[in-house]
Amino acid sequence: MAETEETLKRIQAHKGVVATMVVNAEGIPIRTTLDNSTTVHYAGLLHQLTMKARSTVRDIDPQNDLTFLRIRSKKHEIMVAPDKEYLLIVIQNPSE
Amino acid sequence: MPAKAGDRQRQNQNGPPGGRAAQPRLYGASTKKRDEDTSTEVGEGVDEWPSSKTVVKPPDQLDLTEAELKEEFTRVLTANNPHAPQNIVRYSFKERAYKPISYVDQIAIHFSLNGNMILRDSDEGRRQSLRLSNASEKAPSETSAVVSEEAEIKDEKSTEDVQAAEEEEAEGTETAEAAEAAEAEEPPPPKVKEKKLPNQFNFIERSSRTLDNPLRERASQSEPTPCKNFSANANQWEIYDAYMKELQKMEKSKEKEKPKAQIGKKVEKKRGRKLISLESQGDDITKISNAAKIMERMVNQNIFDDIAQDFKYFEDASDEYRDQKGTLLPLWKFQYDKTKRLAVTAISWNPKYKDLFAVGYGSYDFMKQSQGMLVLYTMKNPSFPEYVFSSESGIMCLDIHNDHPHLMAVGFYDGNVAIYNLKKAASQPSYKSSAKSGKHTDPVWQVKWQKDDMDNNLNFFSVSSDGRIVSWTLVKNELVHTDVIKLSAEGTTMQGPEGLQLQTVGCGTSFDFHKKIDYLFLVGTEEGKIYKCSKCYSSQFLDVFEAHHMAVDSVSWNPYHLKIFISCSSDWTVKIWDHTIKTPMFIYDLNAAVGDVAWSPYSSTVFAAVTTDGKAHVFDLNINKYEALCNQVVVAKKKNKITHIQFNPVYPVVIIGDERGQVTCLKLSPNLRKMPKEKKGQEVKKGPEVEIAKLDKLLILVREPDGRAQGQEDKALL
Repeated sequence: MAETEETLKRIQAHKGVVATMVVNAEGIPIRTTLDNSTTVHYAGLLHQLTMKARSTVRDIDPQNDLTFLRIRSKKHEIMVAPDKEYLLIVIQNPSE
Repeated sequence: MPAKAGDRQRQNQNGPPGGRAAQPRLYGASTKKRDEDTSTEVGEGVDEWPSSKTVVKPPDQLDLTEAELKEEFTRVLTANNPHAPQNIVRYSFKERAYKPISYVDQIAIHFSLNGNMILRDSDEGRRQSLRLSNASEKAPSETSAVVSEEAEIKDEKSTEDVQAAEEEEAEGTETAEAAEAAEAEEPPPPKVKEKKLPNQFNFIERSSRTLDNPLRERASQSEPTPCKNFSANANQWEIYDAYMKELQKMEKSKEKEKPKAQIGKKVEKKRGRKLISLESQGDDITKISNAAKIMERMVNQNIFDDIAQDFKYFEDASDEYRDQKGTLLPLWKFQYDKTKRLAVTAISWNPKYKDLFAVGYGSYDFMKQSQGMLVLYTMKNPSFPEYVFSSESGIMCLDIHNDHPHLMAVGFYDGNVAIYNLKKAASQPSYKSSAKSGKHTDPVWQVKWQKDDMDNNLNFFSVSSDGRIVSWTLVKNELVHTDVIKLSAEGTTMQGPEGLQLQTVGCGTSFDFHKKIDYLFLVGTEEGKIYKCSKCYSSQFLDVFEAHHMAVDSVSWNPYHLKIFISCSSDWTVKIWDHTIKTPMFIYDLNAAVGDVAWSPYSSTVFAAVTTDGKAHVFDLNINKYEALCNQVVVAKKKNKITHIQFNPVYPVVIIGDERGQVTCLKLSPNLRKMPKEKKGQEVKKGPEVEIAKLDKLLILVREPDGRAQGQEDKALL
């Protein structure tokens, strides 16, 4: 348990990382470093997108599964690592 | 007499209608735009008044100009009925639309009366007149002549069509009249003899009515069946998941069937309870560990994006202009804050996961001995290690098993050996030797895994400065040691006290096993000798090479050529040997103590060496037999010494460890990775044979015809 906490702390401390969020299977944020309203916003939207992406991947080949999802925009990059019950979302500014 | 009365009425009616018919109604006789009524009114009024020519203007009379007054308006007399609708529309079932009727009835009926007169000449009329004549023979009373007249219809000027319609109507009314006449004659007139005239049909209408039951409405309603909305997608993967679940259920039920026979129910219940309690204890955070790991790698990839791109794609284009020389491009630097004070003592790539490598930390300085660490890094995550193990004593060497990449054999400074198991989460080694189980009395300088012995037990060899080469076997969870060889320095038997003959023991510092010949291995010693040994002989060596003047730091067989091996030493030299020949094939002087040397996995003629002055040297014998293709300072600080180097088996990178606990990853430039050029028309031969042939060519040049090698002293240009 401590290991995972450590990992999350390290991720947050990395260069350029703006925010870290853990969202459960229903799209409800469990843990976040942002304010509530933004978190809820991100959580809802990214949850739907991840479900859609996963559905797409699995529909083409049911033995396949989504590993991670990256959305790179002009301002920053949103990375989503889906798990069985949770989603880990990290927002980073890649270019320095 | 009703008939006569009817006649008179009709006659009366004849007159006025006739008169009226003569008078056409005039529409719009006035010249002015006014209602007919009002104009006639005014007209009459004007006649009655005295002949004053003054025209009385009513106050609301229109004021019109002279021109307007003189305007002539034409009026047309038509026979149209002004009150008849002009736009009757009827629904046509054939066309299923409303259609305007083109012909509109212009008849205006002012008066209609249904009479009961029949035409004298019609069938009925004749019949009746016959009957009456029969009756009149008996009765002298007047018989009324059946006078039939057309039904008086006030008729106005109408079109011919109307005339035809009139006739039709007249006929209709005639039959009605006939029926009425018949009925009228039913009650016999008092003057005529009573004669019952039955009707033609002998028809009597009778009707009765049943009792109508009053209608009552009764309704009942049942309870609505409970409805629930359900929606889902049937995707390919949902179907697949459902099948997999079924499969698992079936398998579980099969498994349960087996143990049920053996184990009692109580145990199962306990198991059930245990499972439940474990699940509830599991914290949310642990479940995200996988995702967190992936995420960390992604974040790192973003941060070190340019390095990752270089690693994958960058090929130094300027190598063409460098005249065979190459460079090493620095990529990542791996460090861990707990290892800052420790030196890298061993590096090894994982044979299964090509991006994972293990680093052993310890200290070469015998004055400063502290704890040791075993850390595993992956190139995917340069900022933090994957696994960390700590130990009390410094680690001097490590080796990863080829078939079981989770097992690592480690040799310590205090002479112990241990096996670490990556699959288990423990930070302590799975198996460790101890003083009882025959640990070395001096630091273990090298360990190497061997093939499983005949009982399928894992075993590895270790070499140490106490002169023993020991084989450790993992038997039933314990390390059992077997001394393989004792290195004794030749010709150094001393006369000890009390007449004992002591043999000074050589101190092994490195060894390497032959790739193909299983029993053959080489041992390098502190004295600078290299012994060729066999596992079968425990006290004798097959051969001795007087290799170096100082301790042999590393020996290594060539991965392709079966006879060639390389050795490096603190006496600043690197030597290449053929094990059948006592003198080295090639000698390279690198101007500083050489810490480590390694063959490249992709070519039989490329090797790299690192020196304590922070430089890395890469040689390719195929291109240049005398000089290094690359001399590069790898470590920044001058106080830092490089200790080890390893080539990645797959990617064109090398990792170099130094004394500050840092591991640097460098990419080899294309010049250092050259494959032999194929001649036109010839296929490119690949495979170890090519490499062996390549090296053989070189060796032939070097060897003298009698089999001894020429000593070639080469100095590397610095």
